[in-house]
Amino acid sequence: MTAPIVGAAIRRKEDFRFVTGNGHYTDDINRPGQAYAYFLRSPHAHAKIKSLNVEAARSAKGVVGVLTGKDLAADKIGGLICGWTIHSKDGSPMKAGAHPALAVDTVRYVGDHIAVVIADSPALARDAAEKIEVDYDLLPAVTTPDKAQGSDAPQLHAEAPRNTVYQWELGNKKETDAAFKSPAHVVKLKLTNNRLIPNAMEPRAAIGEYDQGTGAYTLYVTSQNPHVARLVMSAFIGIAPEHKLRVVAPDVGGGFGSKIFIYAEEVVCTWASKKVGRPVKWTAERSESFLSDAHGRDHVTEAEMALDAQGKMLGFRIKTIANMGAYLSTFASSVPTYLYGTLLSGQYALPAVYVEVDAVYTNTAPVDAYRGAGRPEATYLVERIVEEAARQLKMDPAELRRKNFVRTFPHQTPVIMNYDAGDYEASLDEALKLIDYKGFPARKVEAQKRGKLRGLGFSTYIEACGLAPSAAVGSLGAGVGLWESAEVRVTPTGQVEVFTGAHSHGQGHETTFAQLVAGRFGIPLENVEIIHGDTNSVQFGMGTYGSRTAVGMTALVKALEKVEAKAKRIAAHVLEASAADIVLENGEFKVAGTDRKLAFHELALNAYTGHKFPTHEIEPGLKESAFWDPLNFTFPAGCHICEVEIDPETGVTKIVAFVAVDDFGKVINPMIVEGQVHGGVAQGIGQAMLEHGVYDPESGQLLTGSYMDYTMPRADDLPSYKVGLTETPCPSNPLGMKGCGEAGAIASPPAVINAVTDAIGIKEFEMPATPERVWRAINSTKHKSAAE
Amino acid sequence: MYQFNYLRPKSLDEAKKLYENNGDAKFLAGGQTLIPTLKQRLAQPTALIDIGGIAGLAGIKVAGGAIVIGAGTRHNDVAISADVKKSIPALAHLASHIGDPAVRHMGTLGGSIANNDPAADYPSAVLALGADIKTTSRTIKADDFFTGMFETALDEGEIVTEVSFPIPEKAAYMKFPNPASRYAMVGVFVAKTKGGVRVAVTGAASCVYRESAMEAALAKAFTPDAVANIKVSPGNLNSDLHGSAEYRAHLVTVMAKRAVAAAT
Ligand SMILES: Cc1cc2nc3c(=O)[nH]c(=O)nc-3n(C[C@H](O)[C@H](O)[C@H](O)COP(=O)(O)OP(=O)(O)OC[C@H]3O[C@@H](n4cnc5c(N)ncnc54)[C@H](O)[C@@H]3O)c2cc1C
Repeated sequence: MTAPIVGAAIRRKEDFRFVTGNGHYTDDINRPGQAYAYFLRSPHAHAKIKSLNVEAARSAKGVVGVLTGKDLAADKIGGLICGWTIHSKDGSPMKAGAHPALAVDTVRYVGDHIAVVIADSPALARDAAEKIEVDYDLLPAVTTPDKAQGSDAPQLHAEAPRNTVYQWELGNKKETDAAFKSPAHVVKLKLTNNRLIPNAMEPRAAIGEYDQGTGAYTLYVTSQNPHVARLVMSAFIGIAPEHKLRVVAPDVGGGFGSKIFIYAEEVVCTWASKKVGRPVKWTAERSESFLSDAHGRDHVTEAEMALDAQGKMLGFRIKTIANMGAYLSTFASSVPTYLYGTLLSGQYALPAVYVEVDAVYTNTAPVDAYRGAGRPEATYLVERIVEEAARQLKMDPAELRRKNFVRTFPHQTPVIMNYDAGDYEASLDEALKLIDYKGFPARKVEAQKRGKLRGLGFSTYIEACGLAPSAAVGSLGAGVGLWESAEVRVTPTGQVEVFTGAHSHGQGHETTFAQLVAGRFGIPLENVEIIHGDTNSVQFGMGTYGSRTAVGMTALVKALEKVEAKAKRIAAHVLEASAADIVLENGEFKVAGTDRKLAFHELALNAYTGHKFPTHEIEPGLKESAFWDPLNFTFPAGCHICEVEIDPETGVTKIVAFVAVDDFGKVINPMIVEGQVHGGVAQGIGQAMLEHGVYDPESGQLLTGSYMDYTMPRADDLPSYKVGLTETPCPSNPLGMKGCGEAGAIASPPAVINAVTDAIGIKEFEMPATPERVWRAINSTKHKSAAE
Repeated sequence: MYQFNYLRPKSLDEAKKLYENNGDAKFLAGGQTLIPTLKQRLAQPTALIDIGGIAGLAGIKVAGGAIVIGAGTRHNDVAISADVKKSIPALAHLASHIGDPAVRHMGTLGGSIANNDPAADYPSAVLALGADIKTTSRTIKADDFFTGMFETALDEGEIVTEVSFPIPEKAAYMKFPNPASRYAMVGVFVAKTKGGVRVAVTGAASCVYRESAMEAALAKAFTPDAVANIKVSPGNLNSDLHGSAEYRAHLVTVMAKRAVAAAT
């Protein structure tokens, strides 16, 4: 017997294509006769457009069309939408301003789209765009969430007074207030979750093409969810009915959430392809990506936790203001609410949690889901305040956590979630071992001798993936369901094609999905092809985000079950046995207890010839599909520990050790899982130490609009990680899987910052831990102790 | 990018003529500064005169107590040169920390100093070592060459041909990189030369400059302690997202101290 293929660390099938430059990305596609789009963007954060004159551009060399918001309106093309309606405490629905694909009379952030120029080459389109005359009436700008609701703040949308989109709440307020009546300890913390700019390696791109013969559009686009893009563009934006709109998302070079959303550029390129009678192609320049990809995070929070004298957590009260940017992006509203508030109980048996979230408009790029989406914000808050509680109570941070862990499952939290399985102590203990926690005091002393400050920080995180049963998310305001689909086609010669509604843009689906098929049917991995990303070939699917591939894989398992059942019925006829006696072993259908058998490919051929079974009873062919709606969220959890060393003279902080122990349930491919952890932790360390999207508070200009100022993590910024896995199988899907794509980015930031604040001996500290911030923090403690 | 003519002369004379006859022309060396500028449409030259094809513009030789480096020499060639490593290891070290491998294989010494970016590394070496800059028309002393932010003593159409770095007794370069760009947020080049101790600071201010208080202190005692307590005034220093003037001022002292300690 060979080792089982499911659970094996198999190299990714797709990597050969990618590392040899044979990937096929949107920008690699060129359509006959294509023209090129250039988007004229607002150089101002906030302005009225007094006049817009495109005549000179229209008659410029090589120009085939110049289109504006007026043209969109004339064609009754709708604005971009936000697909999750959040309701405020008072029951009113969120207050969303219009989001036209091309501005009509106002621009609201630097990079906002004003007009598109379509020409024979990208350079000619850009040349012509310089001939567009825009007369602006400049308005004041507001860029940060804490300032947006002020009475003197400029108003972005008439629909949203005080720039407030919603005022949302979750949790048991009465119990929470009661918990704060007379607790032994109250721990307070104020913090900011810094704005991040996604920076996928492949910039966004789109090609719209209209076929006059069929009246159908095709959009090639950098998308994580092509069917959702088609649905939105059809039903809400009104480009074309779904059957006349094909969306293809070929190889996609990184998404991290930023390619979930339906953006102005892809809508305009598709619509414009009919207007100019040529395919229209657009590929973002890196500076456009900085300005116009949806950004991530950007919260300010004040929170307090009540604990009893022994360190038992009693209550947790949170007030957050979340920056939405200038418009509501596709899923923006759900991120600081149902993806955030629901995780504020952490791994802890907290009896009372109450959170209020205000979402606000500002003159900045729209903010939406970014690797982790809401859960990093929750984890950062919970794990920092818990670490602070341990310090205030003078308890070991590991022990305070241990004391409060949820230990019986299922566990209902005060904030919707019902945790189904977990063993938080197991991952904590494993992480303590890997970091050599007992040796830390000696390492700290040794570092001191070298003039260095050493610190250690924890993060025992929980997150939620999948997402949830469609009816549940529907009742909370989601405009879509969150199931996933799969279709399995066995060819007459015995290979297997899998059509999945999930989309792979770095996750390795072509390998892990194939492992499931190969494992079940006993056929070689090379005989399985995973097909995704084209609405013309794949049945409707919801796409990939939220570490939700367990849903897509379960759909595949369900489809495989159906294929196997039918194959056994066919085998029974061919082998002249009863279907109940047919077993599938090592790629062969056998009559149990005999030597009569059919190889997988022989069975396949029989299914398609239809010679040996009654085709009026059993249809010929071998193809089945399944849609799977999750029964619950899945709850990956674990423990990350970071150890840092700081040079107090310069503030330079080095991560000297990083341990990640995660419980992802059952693992299909540990190598891919480890890769996802590495990437996620790198992104989390990026947020904690390096990355920060900053707008000038006066002018609203993006100050970090290139790699000269936006610090992307580089290899030498990162340590070698020690990773470990613990396993409590997830009870809500047959594979027992949870989800691993975002955990690293969710768990790691508080571990890093807790280590930094431990080393310095300070409470308030904001990400990213740049050398100057750390240096200033060290100096502030010196001044304090000097004053004392 | 806007359209421009691309010209590739074979000699300095030809380059000069092309420059005179081509309106708003620019010399192109490694292109590591110029090409990004063009891509962003921040400049619109009528012609690019690529000086990369001119024979003899690149190369490293040891002559008369100095290391003489051709203006067209790539950063990487300086970083790996056995002669530079032996005579002025600080200079090889500096070159090895410019940008990334791609930049080091394209960017040139002449381009770097002609551009005089306030955060560039080379200007500090040129100034601290008291180098001579040879051009198509004259020799310019380092102290006279860097005149302001992105400004030099070069005239219109004047081409740097080589830089002669006198070999010091001891020298070291200590760079504190900007975390994002990895240019120098503060870089301090300390050199003990026959003519005295020279301390040049890049990254901190609008143009590379000499820290005279440190030079005086090090002339008395060339030890880290001699500069450890010299406070630099933040008054004229740069402030940005990555480092305030106050922080940069502090770093100048720390980097100077560390450079003295490392000097060989
Ligand atoms: C990603 C990146 C990172 C970088 N990091 C650093 C860093 O850490 N430290 C650092 O110091 N630099 C850094 N640089 C800049 C790099 O060192 C460039 O090589 C240098 O600034 C310009 O040299 P060049 O040969 O590329 O000149 P070009 O870009 O070709 O030319 C620059 C200017 O100099 C003029 N010029 C060129 N040669 C001559 C000459 N011989 N005589 C007269 N004028 C001339 C040109 O006309 C032009 O105006 C970085 C660049 C990049 C792209």
